[in-house]
Amino acid sequence: MNQQTRSIRMWTPHTLALFLLMAVGLGFMAYRMTYGLGAATGLNDVYPWGFWLGFDVLGGVAMAAGGFVIACAIYIFNWKKYKPIARPAILTAFLGYLMAVIALFLDIGHPFRLWHPAVMWQVHSVMWVVAIHVILYTTTLGIESSPMLLEKMSWQRTLALVKKIMVGAVVFGVMLSTLHQSSLGAVFLISGARMSRLWYSQFLPYMFLISAVAMGLAMVSMEAMFSARAFNHKVDREVFIGLAVGVRNTLMVYLLLKIFFLVKNSSVAAAFDGSVAGNMYLAEMLIGVIIPLALLLNGRCRRSLNRILLVDVLVIGGVLINRLNVSLFSMDAWSVARGGGYFPTGSELMVTLGVIALGTFLFKLAARYLPLFEEG
Amino acid sequence: MAATRRDFIKLSAGVGLLAVAGEPALAAGAELSSGAVGLLYDATLCIGCKSCMVNCKRVSSEPGGPLYSPGGTIPYEFRGNDRIHDSPDDLSAKTVNIIKVYKDGSGMRKDKVRDGFSFVKRQCMHCIDPACVSVCPVAALTKDPVTGVVGYDGNRCIGCRYCMLACPFGIPKFTWDTNDPKIVKCELCRHRYKDGDYPACCEFCPTGASLFGPVTELAREAERRLALNPGSEYAFPMGRIGSNRYSKRKVVGYFRKVYGLKEAGGTQCLLLAGVSFDRLGFNPGIEDVAYPEFTWNYIKKVPYLIGLLLVAGAVGHQLTKDRE
Ligand code: SF4
Ligand code: SF4
Repeated sequence: MNQQTRSIRMWTPHTLALFLLMAVGLGFMAYRMTYGLGAATGLNDVYPWGFWLGFDVLGGVAMAAGGFVIACAIYIFNWKKYKPIARPAILTAFLGYLMAVIALFLDIGHPFRLWHPAVMWQVHSVMWVVAIHVILYTTTLGIESSPMLLEKMSWQRTLALVKKIMVGAVVFGVMLSTLHQSSLGAVFLISGARMSRLWYSQFLPYMFLISAVAMGLAMVSMEAMFSARAFNHKVDREVFIGLAVGVRNTLMVYLLLKIFFLVKNSSVAAAFDGSVAGNMYLAEMLIGVIIPLALLLNGRCRRSLNRILLVDVLVIGGVLINRLNVSLFSMDAWSVARGGGYFPTGSELMVTLGVIALGTFLFKLAARYLPLFEEG
Repeated sequence: MAATRRDFIKLSAGVGLLAVAGEPALAAGAELSSGAVGLLYDATLCIGCKSCMVNCKRVSSEPGGPLYSPGGTIPYEFRGNDRIHDSPDDLSAKTVNIIKVYKDGSGMRKDKVRDGFSFVKRQCMHCIDPACVSVCPVAALTKDPVTGVVGYDGNRCIGCRYCMLACPFGIPKFTWDTNDPKIVKCELCRHRYKDGDYPACCEFCPTGASLFGPVTELAREAERRLALNPGSEYAFPMGRIGSNRYSKRKVVGYFRKVYGLKEAGGTQCLLLAGVSFDRLGFNPGIEDVAYPEFTWNYIKKVPYLIGLLLVAGAVGHQLTKDRE
């Protein structure tokens, strides 16, 4: 452990606030576990999936995409300059998945049957495919982040072994998460009868994958920037600029596809018709794609760390909106026609906040006690 | 399983097994099981007495039925202080069969679009290739290999509610108000078959509007009715096909479609009506495709994608080895 990380103070008001959020979240979790989904959430027969699924699960997994993108860049394509951010990136991925798994646990009607898919196979179900991915990938992420722990514990033999299988583990992990990101989009392929054509297309899995790459890069960049400030950890600005270029390129591809499918499956008019779906579509596009892209296409902006941070926040927000759009707002017209309505309850929001607080706290803990910012 | 089954479907479609001349053509891509049973609901015969709803609720609350709960209470839905009439608004975890009504203008003319009205029965369609079965990650929903009835096993179900999202008809419902929830939907009274009984809605229908029987025969019966001249007299079979009970009535003009022959790839429950099915509340966005195909087109690529990505990763690593 070096001098820098030692200087991270654990018991700050910030940490206490996190603890408070976690405690409140835990309380609401207990409420859900005791009284069931109907009591704790705003879900109903017309809106069977809500905020936990759309935000925590879909958003959490998209957030985790930074892990595989960076691991891919460093270990597969040997871009060594990103090495300093490898561990935080992989750790973030792990935390993103943790968030998704906690939400899934709470969201399914029978939390203690979460293991059923592992033994009751049903290969036709994307949900099953997703479940198997989560299990395998969380294991892989565990291996990928284990060097930190092993270094800390000075288990040299195991460390050497892990380093030997690292590239293999990374290739495997990249394969898994590529498929996992797209499979989450594929979940909705069968729901076309109730989804707005602003989002629904047979290409949905790949749209999820591409937007997840953009979000993952933005996430890593933002999180490295925050930790650079908070933990006094210096990262070369070229790294951020490189990440911003990655975001830009991904967004350009994404924008073209978005426009293509808008015209092909729906119409430009549908986006501007003032409906809930149309407005949400515009919000997603402006916040997550068009404004960030406009900023990034300006060479001067691209070299300003503050601007890059702004872009990161916008992209992350935009993709999170996209996930909520696909899972909730795209079904708005269908559901309203059937007398349904949904608004997340306090429990749903507080549990989500609690889980985010837990993730932040764990990250802080790792930054303090593990060699998070050392090269592995 | 999937590959072989689907290949067989292609094969059988190719040699025309499914589209023998003169038979009502079921949608390609769907394959009826040998003993497939279903319903034919004819809105022009329905008088809206809701006998089917009453008896459905009673019978479904018996052990083995979808509404059964230990203790055996029948989940009536009373409105206000009226403790007499079971009056559900829609399908729910307490109601798996409902008679709804279409109404226009003065609402005086039965089975007519303008100034008319029509009843409609809503319940699980028992799709030939059901979306709900294909999405369930733990095979809690299954299609009986013989009868084709889509049944539910609450002990496997994890409560993910993907089936609710996937069903194009919006049929599966969830018991939200408990901590030990389950999915509820019509299971075509499969718990009554062993005693030789058949779905209560058909058994207790006084007009033959709900008719039970083998799907192929129901489809033939439906096509026959479509061919009848309005105003002529016809003996409508009652209860189940082969019961030898008939109700003789004048034929009303039909909307020219047997709903369920093609919708969602074909369903085992078929409908006839005097007005269009859009007006009766069927989502016009439902396509004539077996819904699992949408997903399967993706899933079947997964093994190849796995191989491709692994190779690409390994090659990429080797090629860029000397990069600084
Ligand atoms: S109607 Fe819905 S619930 Fe019934 S079999 Fe078809 S997909 Fe399943
Ligand atoms: S809620 Fe139950 S029956 Fe429906 S898909 Fe999930 S596990 Fe299967």
